[in-house]
Amino acid sequence: MRSLQPAEAAPPKTGIGEILARALGPALENPRLVFGLALLGSLVLFGLLGGLLYDTDLAYPLSGPIAKAPSAAHPFGTDTAGRDLLATTILGTLLTLKVGLIAGFIGVAFGATLAFVAAFYGGWTDRVISAITDVLLTVPGLLVLIVLASSFPGSMSTTTMALVIASLAWREPARQIRAQVLVMRESNYVLMARLSGSSGPAIIFTELMPNLLPYLAANLVHAVAAAVLASVGLEALGLGAREEPTLGMTIYWLMVEGAFVRGLWWWIVEPLVALIILFVAMYLISVGLDEFSNPRLRNR
Amino acid sequence: MLWLGTLARRILVLVAVVVTAATLNFVLPKLAPKNPVASKLIEMSETGASVGDIESLLKVYEAKFGLDRPIVLQYFDYLGSLFTFDLGYSISFYPTRVADLILSALPWTIGLLFTATIIAFLLGTLLGALVAWEKAPKFLQVVTPGIMVLAALPYYLLGLVLIYLFAFVWHVFPLQGGYSILAFPGWNWGFVLDVLYHSLLPALSIVLASVGSWALAMRGMMVTVQGEDYMLYSEANGLRPRRRFLHYGVRNAILPQMTALALQLGHIAAGAVLVERVFLYPGVGMLLFRAIERSDYFVIYGVVFIIVVMVALSMLLVDLLYPLLDPRIRTGAAA
Repeated sequence: MRSLQPAEAAPPKTGIGEILARALGPALENPRLVFGLALLGSLVLFGLLGGLLYDTDLAYPLSGPIAKAPSAAHPFGTDTAGRDLLATTILGTLLTLKVGLIAGFIGVAFGATLAFVAAFYGGWTDRVISAITDVLLTVPGLLVLIVLASSFPGSMSTTTMALVIASLAWREPARQIRAQVLVMRESNYVLMARLSGSSGPAIIFTELMPNLLPYLAANLVHAVAAAVLASVGLEALGLGAREEPTLGMTIYWLMVEGAFVRGLWWWIVEPLVALIILFVAMYLISVGLDEFSNPRLRNR
Repeated sequence: MLWLGTLARRILVLVAVVVTAATLNFVLPKLAPKNPVASKLIEMSETGASVGDIESLLKVYEAKFGLDRPIVLQYFDYLGSLFTFDLGYSISFYPTRVADLILSALPWTIGLLFTATIIAFLLGTLLGALVAWEKAPKFLQVVTPGIMVLAALPYYLLGLVLIYLFAFVWHVFPLQGGYSILAFPGWNWGFVLDVLYHSLLPALSIVLASVGSWALAMRGMMVTVQGEDYMLYSEANGLRPRRRFLHYGVRNAILPQMTALALQLGHIAAGAVLVERVFLYPGVGMLLFRAIERSDYFVIYGVVFIIVVMVALSMLLVDLLYPLLDPRIRTGAAA
């Protein structure tokens, strides 16, 4: 039987491996987190290995026969524009993750900066930042993104897409991290650091940041998941990188070209399976991370 | 009194949200390298399917935005027309007003989404309360995690899966549409049944995808409530389990759920966009999708504006209703 509390089980050692094990131990005992990471890992592995072993140039139109069921030459079949669907799924998975990661990272970085500024300086700075965040949080994000994306002339790249989504992705992290910093600011160890004469930035980087890391990680996962959700939604509406074979664009094309009416089951199954694995993985990781970073949620 | 202050702040937020949405609609076309509205109109007049109409539309557009006047005046004129719900004309169907298009699509969306949201709320809340209750049937503990994972999927994705299974593989339900192609819309039983039949699959996708999050939230609240002293007291008094469950547990745990329900109802039209697209259901979401395909900017802006107003109004409604549900807020005792 494994011990549930490594801190009690082991006498204090200072080796870096020991510290890592102690930090990751509880995380690895969270089945949701482990299962979610495994799902996401296998999807990433599929994308990376596929990119190495398979010719992803086939993901563009007119690279194969039209609307053929899976065969030896095209293991996942082809769509009505002659895209090879194995290549499309490989590239689509990577591109969709790319959009999510870029937008999520920018969102959390910008949101965290705003949160630190607001919580640390307080007063009017805090009031203005919080008011803007609150108002923007009330506006349904997808709709604002629809207006933004439809104002872009022509088609955009996946990077532009990520930036469009990032323009709203900072709202949630800003509000949540601000609340957390406000709580931490009043804690005894920050008071201790202040009494011993540490400067503001020193307290932010040596006292607040390290304690916020699990929290920032949880926020990042939420932000990436939300960004993927938004990007797939926009693309399924036909707003996005129309020339790129992302998973959302594949959904758009199969609906526009009437894959259901034509009976092209292979075209429907592949992006759906990839997206379901992606969303379930991110859900499990974020639930697991929440439990990990907020111990009160464990044992429920 | 405390509550009145909160209310005043909420009304301010409502105004801010609506003005933000309107400003966005006003500013975005001007920020783009080429004004998308103007270039769309010019493109249409060049291809010239119905030149006369387009030219009169162009005149209306120029008169409405008064492009020769100072930009601040243009802006306030625009805000004024929005507050009287004058959303302009559709570009693709010129003499039709955007407000009329939205009004004819809205009943479909509200009918589908309202029903589905209420069903999901009732099912999910009951499920969540039961899972947290120690005397609940054991099989629920097994079923619920599966349902909660479904909440990870967006409505439309689950919708695609359901279409694939029930309409494509098993042919139990129609692939798409709000009613049969041959049906004639009207208030008769045949048509009503036809509409119901067509709305079952979209409704099911919304219910399945949202029941989990209701259950999750209710379970959390129920766990907290069960730790309260009055729960122990009611048991010590020998009250029957059913009464303790409904009158002591659920009644106290359900408050935050009601808030979430009101917010969710405000988001109805926003959440529907992709479900309606997937099922080709003739509501506001489908109107928005068609408008995007035709670059019909006035319809896009109009739909987005109306939905933003609905969301903001429902948030205000929550604040008005909350004191009725929770007496502590009326007296300010909660603070």
